[in-house]
Amino acid sequence: MSKVLMKGNEAVGAAAIKAGCKFFFGYPITPSSEIPEYISKALPEAGGVFLQAESEIAAINMVYGAGGAGARCMTASSSPGISLKQEGITYIAGAEIPCVIVNMMRGGPGLGSIQPSQADYYQSTRGGGNGDYRTLCYAPSSIQELVDYVMLAFDKADYYRNPVLIAADGMIGQIMEAVEFKDPEPIDLPPKDWATTGTGGKRKPNVVNSLYLQAEELQEHNKNLEAKYKKMEENEVVYEAFGLEDAEVVCVAYGTTSRIVKTAIKQAQAKGIKVGMIRPISLWPYPYDAFKKIGDKAKGILAVEMSQGQMVDDVKIGIAGRLPVYFNGTQGGMVPTPGSILADIEKIAGGAK
Amino acid sequence: MTIVYEKSKGLTDVPFHYCPGCTHGVIHKLVAESLVELGVLDDAIGVAPVGCSVLAYKYFNCDMQEAAHGRAPAVATGIKRVHPDKVVFSYQGDGDLASIGTAEVVHAAHRGEKITTIFVNNAIYGMTGGQMAPTTLVGQKTTTSPFGRDEAHCGKPIRISEMLATIDGAKFIERVTVDTPANIRKAKKAIKRAFECQIKGEGFALVEVLSTCPTNWGLTPLKALEWLRDNMIPYYPLGNFRDFGEGK
Repeated sequence: MSKVLMKGNEAVGAAAIKAGCKFFFGYPITPSSEIPEYISKALPEAGGVFLQAESEIAAINMVYGAGGAGARCMTASSSPGISLKQEGITYIAGAEIPCVIVNMMRGGPGLGSIQPSQADYYQSTRGGGNGDYRTLCYAPSSIQELVDYVMLAFDKADYYRNPVLIAADGMIGQIMEAVEFKDPEPIDLPPKDWATTGTGGKRKPNVVNSLYLQAEELQEHNKNLEAKYKKMEENEVVYEAFGLEDAEVVCVAYGTTSRIVKTAIKQAQAKGIKVGMIRPISLWPYPYDAFKKIGDKAKGILAVEMSQGQMVDDVKIGIAGRLPVYFNGTQGGMVPTPGSILADIEKIAGGAK
Repeated sequence: MTIVYEKSKGLTDVPFHYCPGCTHGVIHKLVAESLVELGVLDDAIGVAPVGCSVLAYKYFNCDMQEAAHGRAPAVATGIKRVHPDKVVFSYQGDGDLASIGTAEVVHAAHRGEKITTIFVNNAIYGMTGGQMAPTTLVGQKTTTSPFGRDEAHCGKPIRISEMLATIDGAKFIERVTVDTPANIRKAKKAIKRAFECQIKGEGFALVEVLSTCPTNWGLTPLKALEWLRDNMIPYYPLGNFRDFGEGK
């Protein structure tokens, strides 16, 4: 199939429809409003339903209902809206309902800004809602990757009966790039025999629920969830890495930031510094094992993120004290420059203090 | 032998957890009987709330989803949009629907969402131990209004049926109670009509059922029914506020 030029947010909508998403419930918010705008026209044309909810809270609960009723469904928003959805997401995780949630991250805290940010990393990877739960979380760095992972997300959601989060920064939503819509590798998906479809008088009632009043039962439910999350940790780690074996400095970044880091790495290489990179694509599960591939010549790790330093915690877990970890961050919607990253690489390569 | 009465097939065999004298049991029965008599039990999908009837998903003999507090109309919306040919209902108390979930019910009504909502109003938060509800009467003592509800401090109780009846998408709104056999029959009629409203594709339907909470009101079941008649009905008048068949 030929490539088409698409804006990130519109590509989310097109990819979701291509993946068989039939229901979208959402509420407008900058910088992700083009997702409901695009899908409000394209989804009905594809035989699906777009419904603008009265709030982000209602939207995620409509997703709970529709996903629980067996449909492929999704919602999308940006940071403050995703905060409002956290209640629904923990219920969805607890009731094991498949769905896809897209977050085009903007600056925070609070109302923050409308410029790109990666400061929802903790919320995305640690769970913003109550209780022990995990959401598979992808952080695309191009519109092509955005499209690929939105499509994959629906399969993974159905496969694991789990919400899947796309955590992209606002830049990914707003830029235009050429994309190709490729069918994901087909996977065997279990039948949704647990969904509320009406018994038809042919089976016992299905109940979609996250309430277990007996502590023993809730612990059992949690252990089952834990086993599922372990399986996801074993099978769903995705990342890009290069130059780790002989690197003097290893950069770690995802999303838009990773592209700027790559520019800085080229500039550093031109100056004769050997720089490797780890680019997590799945933020949860995190590619901790990639850090074991870093060779003995490395002097330090540089984590770059549009935040005060959130992913840097996972970098420290990954490197397990073997090497010093440095952080380059921008906040509030500011985007890092290749120059500042290059300066940090040079400092670390020369023996940073 | 002639069977003169049997438990509705719309209910499971799980024993109710409700307190003695609580009218949730009667209301559950009316909903279950209505679904069976309309021939839609096998097509029904219910949504349970948070509150005393949080375990309703164990009692109705049909597919059920348990919603977050107040969100049942949004969850029911999602289900109904996926299965427009099924009969979708929410069963909610007054804390759930009239306080934390007002936005969800108002907008479900505004959209003319083809769902049926059973709204049980007992003027108190029962499950959490008798705190003040948005429906608690002025002067009524609860664990969070120990001196009685003070209108100057927290306003008057909210009349949900009257409010929703102003919305075009709401096609059937009626307030009933279950204090006497005659009123139970009227309540059943209203609940059936509310399901018919959905089955005919008319729009949103809600039946508000005035209910008792002997435990948290501190009254015997019979005294609680008297209290309901003497105090609740004067403030929450019974009757139909909208009916799709009558153009009102």
